[in-house]
Amino acid sequence: MTFDAEPATAAPGAPEGGEVRDTGSVLRLVLRTFLENRLALVGLVVVVLVTLFCFVGPLFYSTDQVHSNLLEANLAPGFAYPVGTDQNGFDILGRLMAGGQSSIEVGISVALIATSLGVLWGAIAGFMGGVVDAVMMRVVDVVLAIPVVFLFIFLATVVQPTLGLLILVLALLSWLGPARLVRGETLSLRTREYVQATRVMGGGSWRAVLRHIVPNTIGTIIVNATFQVADAILVLATLQFLGFGLPPPTATWGGMLANGTNYLFDGYWWQVYPAGALIVLTVLAFNFIGDGLRDSLEVRLQRR
Amino acid sequence: MTGFILRRLAQAVIVVIGVTIFTFLLQHLIPGSIARAIVGPRATPAQIAGFDQEWGLNRALPLQYFSFLDHLVHGNLGYSYKQNRSVDSIVAEYLPRDVLLVGTSLVLALLIALPLGMLQAVRRNRTADYVGTGVSFLLYSMPTYLLGLLLIAGFSIQFRIFPPSAPQAATITGILAHPSGLVLPIATLTLVTCALFSRYMRSSAIDSLTQDYIRTARAKGLLERTIRYRHVLRNSLIPIATLVGLSLPSVLTAALMVEYVFNFQGLGLAYYNAALTTDYPVELGITVLIGVATVVGNLVADLAYAGLDPRVRYRSS
Repeated sequence: MTFDAEPATAAPGAPEGGEVRDTGSVLRLVLRTFLENRLALVGLVVVVLVTLFCFVGPLFYSTDQVHSNLLEANLAPGFAYPVGTDQNGFDILGRLMAGGQSSIEVGISVALIATSLGVLWGAIAGFMGGVVDAVMMRVVDVVLAIPVVFLFIFLATVVQPTLGLLILVLALLSWLGPARLVRGETLSLRTREYVQATRVMGGGSWRAVLRHIVPNTIGTIIVNATFQVADAILVLATLQFLGFGLPPPTATWGGMLANGTNYLFDGYWWQVYPAGALIVLTVLAFNFIGDGLRDSLEVRLQRR
Repeated sequence: MTGFILRRLAQAVIVVIGVTIFTFLLQHLIPGSIARAIVGPRATPAQIAGFDQEWGLNRALPLQYFSFLDHLVHGNLGYSYKQNRSVDSIVAEYLPRDVLLVGTSLVLALLIALPLGMLQAVRRNRTADYVGTGVSFLLYSMPTYLLGLLLIAGFSIQFRIFPPSAPQAATITGILAHPSGLVLPIATLTLVTCALFSRYMRSSAIDSLTQDYIRTARAKGLLERTIRYRHVLRNSLIPIATLVGLSLPSVLTAALMVEYVFNFQGLGLAYYNAALTTDYPVELGITVLIGVATVVGNLVADLAYAGLDPRVRYRSS
């Protein structure tokens, strides 16, 4: 999915293998990516704004999201309540902030844990090869065959999730994608001279994996982690909508949508669309960032 | 080719066995015991023991697993203690509706997404591409149920064209007798799937367009149209086979949400209702079914890929 990045065609007179760039550190690469790719920049700005809205917003706009107030239920947007109230009389603007906190916390934590786990799993499988690889990748195939939402619904009927448990379970169900990607890259990396050189010099397998293979898949890892955040927020919103997310009184975007849906026919649009728009906006922003990073980072890393 | 098929088949069988072990272990995650969950919190130890005896739950785990597997091989997905009927009969009731919903949506999505992705690739970075990419990005970033709700708000509440819920008839023919109720559920699932597939198709076609054989075709003076149909389209379709197979779990998840929003009585909704009533055997039966369907789907897609692309066969043999 590219918006303005052209394929890596060499400009006339450019050295063989395409344009030569000073790659520098990964951090600088990421920074340059954002400056070059407008859509990724827009995504980043949206993510920063949504994060500020959810975490800093409540400091300026303090609301009670625990005690219901039925006298003020289902009020349309007005002076007292800028985005109206829901069926329990909760202020929707304040509830959007509170709901966003759990979405962003879960999204980022799940991406971090799932990516770390997946990277290690994939790198070890790819590096070891043979039977170890076959067994490890069949495990991935098995868990991949059952949709995350179905598995989570089953687990939710067994235990009542808390924030930590939710993050852990979602992470344990989402590390498969990165594991496959990193394994694929490791298969080609492990035959490179510098990896073989570590072995000749007496370096162990762990050193080869952690110091040489994993750092060289960093492009794939960063891009995938960004998409993982988007996916986790989407899955979370789905589970909350079905009523299998965090139990009340925790405010969640998906839960707000689920409640608002009951009033869709009454025309209480403010109970549905603001929460829906925030979910879409946040997920879209992370997808834009991931896409921009993929365009710049992966192509550039391949150009080495 | 035979070697490839055999190796791929063996792999699929191993994964299917893995899925059954995984599901079998899931039911032992249930706190207390299955008996406690079914017979209820006030059951006496004797009643629990009786239940375990009746259903063979007091045997060693490996023995239980083998009888579970034995049942599965004979097409027995389990027994719902809550509904007092076999999971098979539940699946037989709901599955045809899912074949209707998911099947129609998949075919429609492919019919729309393939030409769309192709068009976007050919008109890359022009208005048509930006619009197509923008819309598919938006649909891709939207929870399925939100799209369903938007369609209901638009086509059922604002303009009263289509009913907001799916036909509730007990039989497939009964459902097909009210086609207007099927429009919104199928449209939702088609749009979501289409966003996914057109993204695949676009990048696959862009990849084909940059290949050397396209340059050769242009150099020998072939018509641009011939190049697109003969070379680009055919070559870009190959990886799509695998990607469509791999996307089965996400399509089924989307189907679950569509069934929930439109109250379409399919397997996904049966699963959801089983979860609400802690009807574990139904949940596990459907989980095994979906897992096996996914593995078989991937297998068929991989074999189709190998059939279409000789390079895969040579590389793996």
